[in-house]
Amino acid sequence: MGRKVGVEVSIAAADAVGLCDVDVVAAYPITPQTHVVEHLSELCASGSLDAEFVPVESEHSAMSVCCGSAAAGARTFTATSSQGLALMAEIVFIASSMRLPIVMFLANRALSSPLSIWNDHSDTMMVRDSGWIQVFCENGQEVYDAVFHAFRVAEDARVSLPVMINVDGFNLTHVIEPIEFWTKEMTQKYLPEFKPIHRLHPDKVVTMGAFGMPEIYTEAKMAQNDALLKSFPVIKQGWDELADLTGRKYSPVETYRTEDAETIILGMGSICETASLAVDQMRERGKKAGLVKLRLWRPLPVDDIKKAIARAKDVLVLDRAVSFGAANAPVTSEIRAIMYHESNRPNIHNVIAGLGGRDVTPDHVIEMLEMALADKTHGYNIFGVRS
Amino acid sequence: MAETEKNKVIKPIKNFAMQEYISSGHRACQGCAEVLAVRHVLKAIGPDMILAMATGCMEIISSPYPLTSWNIPWIHVAFENAAAVASGVESGLKALRRKGRVPDRDVTIVAMGGDGGTTDIGFQALSGMMERGHRVIYVCVDNEAYMNTGIQRSSSTPFGATTTTSPAGRVKPAGEMTWKKDMVAIAAAHGIPYAATACPTFFTDLQKKIQKAKEVDGPSYIHILSVCPTGWRIPPNKAIEYGQLAVDTGVFPLYEVEKGVWKLNRKPKELKPISEYFKGQGRYRHLDEKFTSEIQDKITEKWNKLVKFCE
Amino acid sequence: MTKPMDQISWREIDTGAVITEPGNASCYHTGTWRSQRPKYDSNICIRCWRCFVMCPDAAISPDFDKNVFSWNYDYCKGCGICAHECPVEAITMEED
Repeated sequence: MGRKVGVEVSIAAADAVGLCDVDVVAAYPITPQTHVVEHLSELCASGSLDAEFVPVESEHSAMSVCCGSAAAGARTFTATSSQGLALMAEIVFIASSMRLPIVMFLANRALSSPLSIWNDHSDTMMVRDSGWIQVFCENGQEVYDAVFHAFRVAEDARVSLPVMINVDGFNLTHVIEPIEFWTKEMTQKYLPEFKPIHRLHPDKVVTMGAFGMPEIYTEAKMAQNDALLKSFPVIKQGWDELADLTGRKYSPVETYRTEDAETIILGMGSICETASLAVDQMRERGKKAGLVKLRLWRPLPVDDIKKAIARAKDVLVLDRAVSFGAANAPVTSEIRAIMYHESNRPNIHNVIAGLGGRDVTPDHVIEMLEMALADKTHGYNIFGVRS
Repeated sequence: MAETEKNKVIKPIKNFAMQEYISSGHRACQGCAEVLAVRHVLKAIGPDMILAMATGCMEIISSPYPLTSWNIPWIHVAFENAAAVASGVESGLKALRRKGRVPDRDVTIVAMGGDGGTTDIGFQALSGMMERGHRVIYVCVDNEAYMNTGIQRSSSTPFGATTTTSPAGRVKPAGEMTWKKDMVAIAAAHGIPYAATACPTFFTDLQKKIQKAKEVDGPSYIHILSVCPTGWRIPPNKAIEYGQLAVDTGVFPLYEVEKGVWKLNRKPKELKPISEYFKGQGRYRHLDEKFTSEIQDKITEKWNKLVKFCE
Repeated sequence: MTKPMDQISWREIDTGAVITEPGNASCYHTGTWRSQRPKYDSNICIRCWRCFVMCPDAAISPDFDKNVFSWNYDYCKGCGICAHECPVEAITMEED
């Protein structure tokens, strides 16, 4: 087992990428992603990581370089945030369609305007339909472990899809946390050499990125969706084997004090740590509250979510992004859709909180819960708006 | 008599590969000199290459899934990023080769885009690729407008040409009213080891330039005039002839910039008047004598400047 | 041989819609586009290769045994470049 040290989460994540012996890193600086790529460039400059660091001129080129690199069969990493993701979005969709196993560290940050460098989930929700595997993390150790898992899943021949590790900007990227580091031996045991299904090389000539006429486009999209759905058991297997190696067990959906819970809070990312404190406080007050942490956003673990919330009376979904003009915020939309056909479904409440870095405390979460339970309309609530 | 017969025996062609790297069955228009340019470029490089191509005519005519015209490894990702994708392929292979995970031999990485994909939307990615020093040959196949989408103007459309978005009218009598972007000068300004213009009409010159580009240690930029019968509104059989006229009138001079040294590769004793080049091209049909003479002046001025530069 | 695109099931699409058979577009015969056909006179031909070099469709090839150039009419689109570029008018275009 590796050593445990206090370190900034971004630095730890970069170290994990280094341990994975990444071949190419292409990135463009954007707050709050910078510490990740700064550290990676240091590792490359000092020679402790044998990789090509490509300091591109835009995020669009970052993702494009990643596509070329992964197509050549190289282990490929990038990191970005918010506007950067928006700029590369065009290629984000293409990367997954071409089944290129790129790993991205996404420092979740609000989208402009007004310009905000602070945390919410509007960036990742923008590309929720892009066909990437999207994983959320609650603390530094999870982020660190997620890097190894991401490479392993992405490059698995049964998957061959890009993976996005969602890390709440500042709230998680810039905090110093105790992290148990992996060793080289552990990494080599867990992460096999990347053997791409197809590789751009004259020794075996392939054409990548052909165009699709109406006669074939539908079939291509079906095949892509099938691949994303079929990544699910591989993702779980990756977490199971990670547990064998580290003792830390991850699941697509994780629960906290939900066994007898009447009221469940459901969230993604670092807000779950806050929500767990709220659950503790509610429990102290005799309220049967619990927490469901959604770790895997795409592919959506539909059955696991159903199982986790089916017995509750009320579910409060904490969304961190607005879906303008929609019936619900993004996560709530999914949860309501999943439960629609269930005869005994809980009341599902929708609260949007923590936009653009607005603080969310355990007391806030309790307040949101009270607000939601009182709300008979089940409408669209944005928490903490001054009127 | 015997002498004549002897001269008429097919002798092997010099410095022009027999192997076809873009196969017949591609869907380029009749008389497309752009796909001809591609054919020539690939022959000059040979099989040990990887081609990253931008969206555009050449991508669309060659890859309707499940069919491909490519006999070399080929990747298309999007319109504006051929240079970045090629940067990625180059970086990936470099790392893998260093780590012993791919065969240890040189593979030429080529990026290719049309004038839209190069001078407009792919300009930034290209600049980044050149500035970072990736060992990539970037080839712009310039047919002077967005032909794939239906002949819209690009920043490579010459002054006086009509396109579907630069039509001639009362307010804009010349059609396109701005001058073609000088890409080779811009590429050369990045300090790259090799930049040049070429045209498949002058195929020997083109072969030499691509082979030079292949040998340099760093980025190279080749700007190829690719006559487009469809977009220029000329008969398809005249695609090669108009390449000749473009060069001989000084509209598209053949030159190269090798390690900062400029050199004219073809210097006619006297330039032909541009009216000879404009004649028969539907895109210039509307030009009156006043415009033609104005354009002539500018072309002459540019030519003289280039000649001075190359001295 | 590659199936026509409208007969391929989604399960048959290779990972990322990669095409693994190089140059298989040669099964598509662009010769059907042609309205004019080049006619070649080997008596006039000086074997200069210009037609071969300038053909955008790579539809012309040398036949060293017979000492002639030959046209592959499966692909020749009838653009007429070969005829126009021939320095000795050994190639003429005629209605197909």
